Amino acid sequence: MPVEILMPALSPTMETGKLTKWFVAEGDKIAAGDVIAEIETDKATMEVEAVDEGTLGKILIEAGAEDVPVNTPIALMQGDGAAEVAAAQGVSAAPAAVSPAPVVAPAPAAQDAPGSADPEIPPGTEMVSMSVREALRDAMAEEMRADDRVFVMGEEVAEYQGAYKVTQGLLDEFGARRVIDTPITEHGFTGLGVGAAFAGLKPVIEFMTFNFAMQAIDHILNSAAKTHYMSGGLVTCPIVFRGANGAAARVAAQHSQNYASWYAHVPGLKVVAPYSAADAKGLLKAAIRDPNPVVFLENEILYGQMFDVPKMDDLILPIGKAKVLRAGMDVTLVGYSYALVYMLEAAAALEEQGISAEVIDLRSLRPLDTETVLASVKKTNRMVAVEESWPVCGIGAELSAQVMERAFDYLDAPVLRVTGKDVPMPYAANLEKLALPNAMEVVEAAKSVCYR
Amino acid sequence: MPAKKAASRKGAEKKRKPPANKTVMTPENELSAYKSMLLIRRFEEKAGQLYGMGLIGGFCHLYIGQEAVVTGMQMAASEGDQLLTSYRDHGHMLSAGMDPRAIMAELAGKKTGSSRGKGGSMHMFSPEKGFYGGHGIVGAQVPIGAGLAFANKYEGNGKVSVTYFGEGAANQGQVYETFNMAALWKLPVVFVIENNRYAMGTSVTRAAAGAEELYNRGQAYGIPGEPVNGMDVQDVRAAGMRAVEWCRAGKGPYILEMKTYRYRGHSMSDPAKYRTREEVQEMRKTSDPIEQSRDRLLGSGIAGEKELKEIDREIRQIVNEAAEFAQTSSEPDLTELYTDIYVAETLNAG
Repeated sequence: MPVEILMPALSPTMETGKLTKWFVAEGDKIAAGDVIAEIETDKATMEVEAVDEGTLGKILIEAGAEDVPVNTPIALMQGDGAAEVAAAQGVSAAPAAVSPAPVVAPAPAAQDAPGSADPEIPPGTEMVSMSVREALRDAMAEEMRADDRVFVMGEEVAEYQGAYKVTQGLLDEFGARRVIDTPITEHGFTGLGVGAAFAGLKPVIEFMTFNFAMQAIDHILNSAAKTHYMSGGLVTCPIVFRGANGAAARVAAQHSQNYASWYAHVPGLKVVAPYSAADAKGLLKAAIRDPNPVVFLENEILYGQMFDVPKMDDLILPIGKAKVLRAGMDVTLVGYSYALVYMLEAAAALEEQGISAEVIDLRSLRPLDTETVLASVKKTNRMVAVEESWPVCGIGAELSAQVMERAFDYLDAPVLRVTGKDVPMPYAANLEKLALPNAMEVVEAAKSVCYR
Repeated sequence: MPAKKAASRKGAEKKRKPPANKTVMTPENELSAYKSMLLIRRFEEKAGQLYGMGLIGGFCHLYIGQEAVVTGMQMAASEGDQLLTSYRDHGHMLSAGMDPRAIMAELAGKKTGSSRGKGGSMHMFSPEKGFYGGHGIVGAQVPIGAGLAFANKYEGNGKVSVTYFGEGAANQGQVYETFNMAALWKLPVVFVIENNRYAMGTSVTRAAAGAEELYNRGQAYGIPGEPVNGMDVQDVRAAGMRAVEWCRAGKGPYILEMKTYRYRGHSMSDPAKYRTREEVQEMRKTSDPIEQSRDRLLGSGIAGEKELKEIDREIRQIVNEAAEFAQTSSEPDLTELYTDIYVAETLNAG
């Protein structure tokens, strides 16, 4: 009785992958532990081992096939001792969390709202489709070409090509002087980066994720953010701290935290949290050129998502400017980073129910573009703030206070927040889903403030 | 201006060919070391007085007793080399050639202060003089100092970063993260452990395993280290020259453990219950760096009593002027509250 060998998943978020090669042919005897195939996603490559012994019957998916869905039968095993395959850990695999794009980013429905188009992008500019990951890489590469003082430092950024492949190719182009693998010592290399910035270099410090930046937060706050002030303007710290922030998938409490409001709290820092690839590119380039310390919060799940990016020689977007992604009249939805996925989906659903939602992507969290938010609220008279972070002292709480202080008379309903739940991130799939916000919660909150 | 004097003196020293035995100080070296140490001593005494009068607030950590350390090291370093330290930083700033008036005014929180009154005793900087702080978080300056060295190597400018920290900071985790990277990447950084025996009120023997050999703390990383009599400016300078030369030759970091002593409390508010009066008196009597220097000057005939008296008078004048300047300067304008948070005009411009 032939047994099916299924396409394995590298992570819970992986939906498809490429079957790069077969190491065995039809009719080959296979022993348990033999490497039989190699599969690849956009960020990792992994060898597939046989768990049991047997004979390879028929290959169902040829080598080189792309976008093979997880759990698709890729081969049949014959004869005695039906074999199974399992993903081998640590052969050539990437770190635990891997997330190829599970969703295609919803296209912004309307671009006609005031302030929706970036004036930096001339009308009619040609667009190219690009992942957030590639956009970030290109931003760093362009700035490194333009300025020898720019260098990238962090764990696995060089030879490994980036734990999430964001720095892919940089070592080849710029060499080990400017693309530097560090030991796993966030506290140390962050302080070292700050010192290099004091001396006039322009470091880009990558944290594999911002969860690990907690080891280094003293240097981000006390050394980087405050020294310009404490020196009466004599010392500057032109540095970028970047990496994945917030929830990925199934990595539990210590690897899922969103630190947006922690850094946005601190005078002396700028904080950026883009959603789209174009913003990721234009804002990272701006961050690298900025003479101040910038915390650049990325999102692991967005890394693989494709967006239109303007084909421009030097795309620089202003830090501190929000963007209206979708114009609307009835309610303002405001958020940042991955929350835009929920907001855009909710806006489409609300439209079907006759509610016109305006969607604002904050893009920067410090400075916070409250003007754009207030202008929108004065038009819609209702606001829902959305974020994956915890509710207490969050960005939504700050927006709510600002709107209350500065547009109280315009409000027709209390501001509502849709946030991650006030719990450490659970591991179990169903609990994790419950802990994160979703489009339906945004729809319900929007309807509620519209008294519908 | 004394700052200029110090700088030109140093420049002259650089140009002169080193003597055959570089570790032996010339008469000029002896005299210049004496003046530098005396300036620190008198400045700190004055700061202590002003603190007592309520003109200096917050924390104020005096360097009295440790003067030979930074003085000797600065003599070993070259123009352009960087230095940075913890919050016990007045001596380092004076030694780097910063204007005593601006330092004293900063202590007093005045607009004429080095940081325009916004940093205080612990937070002053002068990239122009190679001084990168003035750091209030114990140990934080250590990776920052290695970062300066990283930049030196990156740019191939031949400079060395002299990174000071106390024996208390020597127990901080980030120090060892820094040792590792500095050794791995052969960064030109001299780590100067100023072991004054007490981390606030905790003696080194109560806080550090292997307390007698902190200079060995880089051994696992292959960083050479040596103990130095930090109460004698000659010894400090000689060891500093070995260390700086090692770094400049591209051999990586070097550790010097300066065995030194602070006469005053950790800060101005120190109950001094953790050591005996006799211990302090004994150190002052037998090991004072300025007295040792003075004895050598007199003993070798480099200077007479009269000349030393004149030097003392000059230095008192510099310090009095600094104190006067600090007292008569105005407080910062209230608009200063919101300046220097970001590099000008970039808050919204990106």
